[in-house]
Amino acid sequence: MSVVEETYDVIVVGAGHAGCEAALASARLGLQTIIFTVSMDSVAMMPCNPNIGGSSKGHLVREIDALGGEMGVNIDKTFIQSKMLNKSKGPAVHSLRAQADKAAYSMEMRRTLQNTDNLTLRQAEVSEIIVEDGKITGAKTFSGATYHAKAVVLCTGTYLKARCLYGDVIEHTGPNGLKAANYLTDSLKENGIEIYRFKTGTPARIDGDTIDYSKMEEQFGDERVVPFSFTTNPEDVQIDQVSCFLTYTNEKTHEIIRANLDRSPMYSGVIEGTGPRYCPSIEDKVVKFADKDRHQLFVEPEGLNTNEMYIGGMSSSLPEDVQYEMYRTVPGLENARIVRNAYAIEYDCINANQLYPTLEFKKIKGLFSGGQFNGSSGYEEAACQGLIAGVNAALEILGREQIVLDRSQSYIGVLIDDLVTKENHEPYRMMTSRAEYRLLLRQDNADMRLTPIGHEIGLISDERYNWVVTKKKLIEEEIDRVKHVNVGARAEVQELLKSYNSIPLDHGVTMADLIRRPELDYDKLAPIDTDRPDLHYEVRQQVNIEIKYEGYITRQQKQVNDFKKIESKKIPDEIDYDDVPSLRIEARQKLKALRPLNIGQASRISGVSPADISVLLVYLETFNRK
Amino acid sequence: MGEFDTICAIASAMTNSGIGIIRVSGDDAIEKVDNIFQGKNKLSDMDSHTVSYGHIVFKDKIIDEVMVLVLRAPRTYTRENTIEIDCHGGIIVMQQILKAVIAQGVRPADPGEFTKRAFLNGRIDLSQAESVMDIIDSKSALSLENSKNQLFGLLSKKIKSLRESIIYEIAFIESALDDPEHISLDGYEDRLLEKVKIIENDLKKMIDSADNGSMVRDGIKTSIIGKPNAGKSSLLNLLSKKDRAIVTDIAGTTRDTLEEQIMLRGISLIIMDTAGIRETEDVVEAIGVKKAIDTIDDSDLILYVVDSSTKLDENDKHIIEKIKDSNVIVLLNKSDLNSLVTEEEISDMVNGPVITFSAKNGDGLDILEDKIDEMFFSGILSDDHEIYITNARHLNALTNAYNSMANVKYSIEMSMPEDFLSIDLMEAYTQLGYIIGESIDDDLMDEIFSKFCTGK
Repeated sequence: MSVVEETYDVIVVGAGHAGCEAALASARLGLQTIIFTVSMDSVAMMPCNPNIGGSSKGHLVREIDALGGEMGVNIDKTFIQSKMLNKSKGPAVHSLRAQADKAAYSMEMRRTLQNTDNLTLRQAEVSEIIVEDGKITGAKTFSGATYHAKAVVLCTGTYLKARCLYGDVIEHTGPNGLKAANYLTDSLKENGIEIYRFKTGTPARIDGDTIDYSKMEEQFGDERVVPFSFTTNPEDVQIDQVSCFLTYTNEKTHEIIRANLDRSPMYSGVIEGTGPRYCPSIEDKVVKFADKDRHQLFVEPEGLNTNEMYIGGMSSSLPEDVQYEMYRTVPGLENARIVRNAYAIEYDCINANQLYPTLEFKKIKGLFSGGQFNGSSGYEEAACQGLIAGVNAALEILGREQIVLDRSQSYIGVLIDDLVTKENHEPYRMMTSRAEYRLLLRQDNADMRLTPIGHEIGLISDERYNWVVTKKKLIEEEIDRVKHVNVGARAEVQELLKSYNSIPLDHGVTMADLIRRPELDYDKLAPIDTDRPDLHYEVRQQVNIEIKYEGYITRQQKQVNDFKKIESKKIPDEIDYDDVPSLRIEARQKLKALRPLNIGQASRISGVSPADISVLLVYLETFNRK
Repeated sequence: MGEFDTICAIASAMTNSGIGIIRVSGDDAIEKVDNIFQGKNKLSDMDSHTVSYGHIVFKDKIIDEVMVLVLRAPRTYTRENTIEIDCHGGIIVMQQILKAVIAQGVRPADPGEFTKRAFLNGRIDLSQAESVMDIIDSKSALSLENSKNQLFGLLSKKIKSLRESIIYEIAFIESALDDPEHISLDGYEDRLLEKVKIIENDLKKMIDSADNGSMVRDGIKTSIIGKPNAGKSSLLNLLSKKDRAIVTDIAGTTRDTLEEQIMLRGISLIIMDTAGIRETEDVVEAIGVKKAIDTIDDSDLILYVVDSSTKLDENDKHIIEKIKDSNVIVLLNKSDLNSLVTEEEISDMVNGPVITFSAKNGDGLDILEDKIDEMFFSGILSDDHEIYITNARHLNALTNAYNSMANVKYSIEMSMPEDFLSIDLMEAYTQLGYIIGESIDDDLMDEIFSKFCTGK
């Protein structure tokens, strides 16, 4: 009997948001890459919320784009509404969020995969990984075919041993009724990989024709849309946008939920997985925040060619009949018809502490993983890990140094460091508060931070790289200039200040001093800045931010310098923690299990104290002198 | 935690006699100390291993006459530039000099840090490495011991409650940033400003108390003991009511407050078991005496109240036997009544002054204050070296936290967006965490998810 047997450089398992980025990165770096999906109709599928970005997630998308990933480009082509969130707050927390046409998003990504050289897209369920002497050599599919490869990237999302639940109904499928992948988990366990079980959930989709929008508040997109991708021409994204709608639950809704809690698998104990605290089901909200008499709901379109509306804020695993009852208590949904039920989904994933920050398994050389499989949540979190895993799989095969972004460089670095270093007991969502240096990690400067790295990797063109270099230079020159331009109390100056309710000058100041005034900014001062060069919008924006928030930025930069000091102290691979005297037992166990790459990472492991770090530093010095 | 920033510590024993030494080590040790040194030459101009005579001057005030030793790298213990300031000793002076040095941006050293640097910089050979680790180890064990100390418990309780109110605000801001469509920050800055002022004020009080040397231990653990009806609670009331004294409920709840802090002439006394003092005025004698005796071992200072209008009895003898080795001040109370107990009768039996006193009209209170003052400044009621070092770090952390709160206030005044506020709030939270040895880890996430309903 002959079976199918093929050879590639890289195998990517799963074609969701992580898998697509991994496969594209690997193929674009010149490696023969095959990507498997359980269904050709689920490439880059969005099984939950119909949007890309949002607070801190928008940052991730910009960073993916700055490194040469696809997500930003893809959403720019397929969005139907866009908003910059937190515009009244500081620039560090401005974040883009776009509503996607889900079907178009998926189709466009599929087209991109198909049109990429070195990339093969294949529908099949991967059921086994092949490991020889601690090194990956390939994978097998359920159909019995063998694929040889030098690296495998696991991006199985929520499909491993997935089951969907509402009320007492249990469907053994992945999201949206797609086939679950039931075999791979066992193969992973046989190879010593530790498996966790997580859960998440999604609200119902309701027939838009049965919604009375007049009872809801209409939510429009921004007048001037900012694209996600640094490569998108801003003029190309000024489209006719569709609206979302805001409505609320009420006491009636909450009563129905409370009366039926015993029928929720979450509360009856049927669900074993750990759910995320940040996107609680409506049952959780009603129970945990009993004092709130209403909860906000966002009614969002799923696309231009479907009547389905996503009811954001009301995910649930209550039975079908209760779902009807509770949705219909909401103003505007009195006559709602459900198109798809809300459900909770449970799936297998891993303890990501088993990974290096490169996203390679410590135990199995050549095996990488990214996305929800690593215990994260969200399309953007998945995509950025997929990108890093795909890049590093390729770099390893090419014999080049792999990349690790650190916490002071990017949200991606924060996310991966958290996943591989800290204990994670729920699906991990990115939040701006997780980034301790967020003032430097703005969405507006993602290209300055990361495009040089993307260029180094080989995913960014020379042209794009050169613009970043030029931009940097222009910004520095202009900052220097405005700091040295003196402004006197001339009539036109006083006039301009008055028009912005700004206190008139009684002595000379610099242009930079004026930019710092809360009611003023760089652009507003153009009329009195006669020698100002004609600069690109991106340059002007950076000059404004860097000047306005200089004090804070300098303080944060100082923290980063301290951080870099301990982050640069490498821990040698061959260190044996049993040889380090005076380490406390808990610290010793954690360090042995995690094997951090440097002192910085070691210091972030819970259970490792500053005294342990001191001991470790002294030991390393001894070690290095030997 | 920079690995090789400049550090300082008191290097001599913490006694009030002889010479005190403050050591500073790091690249810019010499420049930093130059900022507060006035002498014939600048320290930066001096050769290595020379001594300069001069004064330490901080905020336009001469703190002490000193000899300063300039030691340039690498011929020093740590192989870094090192300064040794020899002063006239005395806890307060050493502490003030240390504070002046810290104010130049020098960090108080961690336990064993000078030795650790000596090793990391190659000054000590490998065979000594293990003993270095033992030092680090034993010092951290000691600070653990510290945290079990009841006094530290008081400070720690205060710090914890400050941290709780700070993290609540951060969590609120952060959940609004993460979920702007659900949580609004309209009008929030005014509310925050009020809170910030309260926290700032609390921190300031703690920092100020350090200026007169009392913060060192957050207070001298003091027991008021005596038989029922000797006048313990009248004494407590008298001390509490004095308008010069600041009284705070330490446990934070009013009903079952067990300790109260009282400031007398800048010295902080922690009066232990205040509920017990009031309660035992009403109970049978034996129980009252037993309760009193239970607190003796834990106390730095005992105020023994004797009812001089009745004769000493078995219970008094019992108490006197227990306190004969402690620091005691005996108060012969009810001097306004006919005295049946004399100073001579009792002063032979205890180790401390005896004061004729009236809790009723306040006679003798000044003498009591004088005595406490005297005992504190003569070192009888001082702290040992290790606890002092820990506290220098506490003060540093408190000062940093205070500065961060000032930054928050400034940012609010400058109408900075809310995300800038949480940066400095977080810094204050982290700094206060150093005092009680807690890091941030997942505090913020837990607070956000438990207090605010956020998410899709």
